[in-house]
Amino acid sequence: MTAPALEARDLCITYPPRQGRGPAHAVDGVNLAVGVGEIVALIGESGCGKSTLARAFVGLVRPTSGEVCYQGTTLGYSSKAVKRFRRYTQLLLQDPGGALNPKQNVFDAVAEGPRLHGLRAGLAERVETALSQAGLRPPAQFAARYPYELSGGQQQRVVIAGALALEPSVIVADEPVASLDASVRGEILRLILDLRTSLGLSALVVSHDLGLAWNIADRVAVMYLGRIVEQGRAEDVLLRPRHPYTQALLSVLPGTDADPVVLRGEPPDPTAIPAGCRFHPRCQRFAALDTTDGRRTLCTGQALAILPADAPDVACHLIEQPHG
Amino acid sequence: MREEPAARAPKALAGGPTTRPLGAVGRDTLAALLEVRDLHVTFRPDVRAVRGVSLSLDAGQTLGVAGESGSGKSTVALSLLRLLPSSAQVSGEILVAGEDVLRMNWGRLRAVRWADASIVFQGAMSALNPVRTIGEQIREPILLHDKVGTRAARERTAALLDAVGVPARRAGAYPHELSGGQRQRVMIAMALACRPNLIVADEPTTALDVIVQAQILQLVTDLVHEAKISMIMISHDLSVLADTCDALAVMYAGRIVEIGDSRAIMAEPRHPYTRALSSAFPAIGDPASRLAPSGLTGDPPDPRRIGPGCPFQPRCAEAFDDCRTRDVELWPAGSGHAACLLVLPDRARSASPTRGNLAQSGEAAS
Amino acid sequence: MSALTAPPRIGRARRFAGQFFRMPTAIAGVAILGVFTIAALTAPLYIHSSDLDVTQATGGQLAPPSRHYPLGTDQPGRSVLLLLIWGARASLAIGVIATLLAVVLGSAIGLLAGHYQRWLGRGLMHLTDWFIAVPSLPLAISLAAVLGQGATSITIAIAITSWTATARLIRAQTLTVEARPFIERARALGAGNVQIMVRHVLPNVAPLILVSTTLTVAGAILAETTLTFLGLGNPTEVSWGTMINEAYTGSAVSRGAWWYLLPPGIAIVVVVLGFTMTGRAIEHILDPRMATR
Repeated sequence: MTAPALEARDLCITYPPRQGRGPAHAVDGVNLAVGVGEIVALIGESGCGKSTLARAFVGLVRPTSGEVCYQGTTLGYSSKAVKRFRRYTQLLLQDPGGALNPKQNVFDAVAEGPRLHGLRAGLAERVETALSQAGLRPPAQFAARYPYELSGGQQQRVVIAGALALEPSVIVADEPVASLDASVRGEILRLILDLRTSLGLSALVVSHDLGLAWNIADRVAVMYLGRIVEQGRAEDVLLRPRHPYTQALLSVLPGTDADPVVLRGEPPDPTAIPAGCRFHPRCQRFAALDTTDGRRTLCTGQALAILPADAPDVACHLIEQPHG
Repeated sequence: MREEPAARAPKALAGGPTTRPLGAVGRDTLAALLEVRDLHVTFRPDVRAVRGVSLSLDAGQTLGVAGESGSGKSTVALSLLRLLPSSAQVSGEILVAGEDVLRMNWGRLRAVRWADASIVFQGAMSALNPVRTIGEQIREPILLHDKVGTRAARERTAALLDAVGVPARRAGAYPHELSGGQRQRVMIAMALACRPNLIVADEPTTALDVIVQAQILQLVTDLVHEAKISMIMISHDLSVLADTCDALAVMYAGRIVEIGDSRAIMAEPRHPYTRALSSAFPAIGDPASRLAPSGLTGDPPDPRRIGPGCPFQPRCAEAFDDCRTRDVELWPAGSGHAACLLVLPDRARSASPTRGNLAQSGEAAS
Repeated sequence: MSALTAPPRIGRARRFAGQFFRMPTAIAGVAILGVFTIAALTAPLYIHSSDLDVTQATGGQLAPPSRHYPLGTDQPGRSVLLLLIWGARASLAIGVIATLLAVVLGSAIGLLAGHYQRWLGRGLMHLTDWFIAVPSLPLAISLAAVLGQGATSITIAIAITSWTATARLIRAQTLTVEARPFIERARALGAGNVQIMVRHVLPNVAPLILVSTTLTVAGAILAETTLTFLGLGNPTEVSWGTMINEAYTGSAVSRGAWWYLLPPGIAIVVVVLGFTMTGRAIEHILDPRMATR
């Protein structure tokens, strides 16, 4: 079996204590793998650690423990190792307008990556190819423009072109379409799918939008408070969710027929992770348990194991075992 | 006095029947709570943000306004309380309980603002004053409008915070100490402070997570039904609006392009833009959108450069030659109205469009 | 062969110039500075050392303005007008050089303090705070005592006391710029610290540096006047400050010789005004709110 394009093993990222609050366990033990040519959607709400995890995948954040592996090789954090790594994994951010230097025109923005890595030969061709691949055609029309002259969708394409100019193998996208207009969203998502087909790119897309996962993901991982609570094929997780959190997320989408399970309260912050199952204070299944049910002590007292990266799984004490 | 809406020119929509709940026949004798007639807003020098919007709203009715950036929806919302900058040129009429907001004198306008109609602004972090506690900010309109003492105002504040699900003891907190969901609840509490008849909610859940969004929408729907307040909700998410509102208006390039009962529109959208917008957020489980994101090519039009004909034509998969030159108006379509040449009875749907666009439209799903 | 070439960068400068010269304050400011600069630079062409030599003065002592001497004469009998023009050279030179030193030093420190926020940044800010606390005038006098009176010590003294304002300004702006997503993107592309500071932060703080420079020059010229007035300058050199000093010590005021005191004072005010108007015009154009159109 070929090594996955990108993998996190037992990854933990903890921020030191600040001002009377404890340490923040932003990522509290994650195994996640993105296979070659695969698109994985990482779904979660704000504060669950998905953005931190995404940045660890591109080497912008050093893990407290655990490791990030690229094609089976563990990532070292010396500046040379990190710089080499950068050529193969690239990051897309949520706000495309803010992600572009207002003083740089499109050509410079796309050429930045190659210039930083010393790829000066054939720079113009590289930029031209990248712009075409990102859908900005004809490239010459865009090269001299500045970010403020472009629409949100075009800006995001420039950011994508800048990533493609380095010929990466994996793209990590943090909410790539959240701040774009609804009608433009489809284009950018289609572009990501096309890049997978034409260039064999793998992608990890971080989002809160389950519809996005339905649109482009092969596999889905759901994250809550620093841990993956469910992962598997997109069809399985989105149509037959097993974890109560996933079920709640899917039930509140407008237009679904299911009774909405509107969880009360908001996710606690990562400095105060509940004991036992971290979801149990808000869990609708836990709340429905009879007070005499012995399983309550499981939920309140026994922590769940970290899910493995290679098999679909669910982290829940109250799961009904699948038939067969 | 007031013209019967039905007596106006039959081709164009002039507010009235389509935004009223189906079957509300006897309503014509009551004055509508809100009536907007032919609103035009132009920002200097040549930005035509709103180009002729008419709609009406009855007491207790909810209207969703959908659109993207540049559609003019936020401008319409702000103009309802005359909150646009003074450099904006506004024409038309906005009648709140029969009085024209655009022509009121300053004193009357201040009385109307917040007491008759209030706004929940977009982006709760910037709409709240960061150096004042939330309790003070909720009390401010109460003290201004209701002319009661501080004690009574504090009690009302506590009741409001309770109603929106924020513990009353947090009235002394500052905005930055609250989470996004809580700040939005505070904004809603502020909007309810003076018991208005109309609330305008501008993208109330856009920056919020899915579950918090569900909580806020549930809260808003409950409060509005309980107190029989009318509501206009603005969003770019059609499905959210369809779930929460009775009527739906879709705006594009400063005009309403489709308007009618929200469920009817979601079931069978008549305007190609509405179709594209509703397919942009796919239904999970729909095999047609699995690994097939659908969207429109191009960008929303620049409000400075709107030419003749239908403004949606450059991006429309079903455009005809006529669409470039013929002016579109809101014509009857199904149970509502749509501004598209396709809905005219003389336009055969089977005629092949002159421009095949590579965007997948919602047609693939139906 | 690719049809795409790196686009030229002249466009931005031309756009800026177009906007700039449409503002009345900008035109007035640049005109003032232009007049003074040209006068100062061309002075050697028509002012001979004999005009400035005290021993060769030919006019009457402290004579009021006349046709031959448009601004009158000073005590030794030299033409005040020629002194004024010659004095512009020293005053402007000291002002500009001191400012350049201050701005370069201040920008560098501000940039580093904003980028390296932990120990280096905090150390640099403590250093800056120390320099702010040091009173400028006693420092200048001490420096003059150590380095000897003259233009050099004055320039250094002004530079040392002016850099802190620029440093704090640039540090604040650096922090703002670095909070924006494009810095994170640059890091993700593989940029190191130096590249981020030079290619991304510096171009975005450069407008602020430019504005800060024009306004600091104004302050530097005033500072130069103050210091030479207090007698720290070289008495044999002519500058506006020494002219005012001599007017004061030579009792020109009590003798009613307004033509000796007023011109340098007015010249200083006008030049400072020129710099300020230019600086404000640049600031107005580079205001980020205008860039989003």
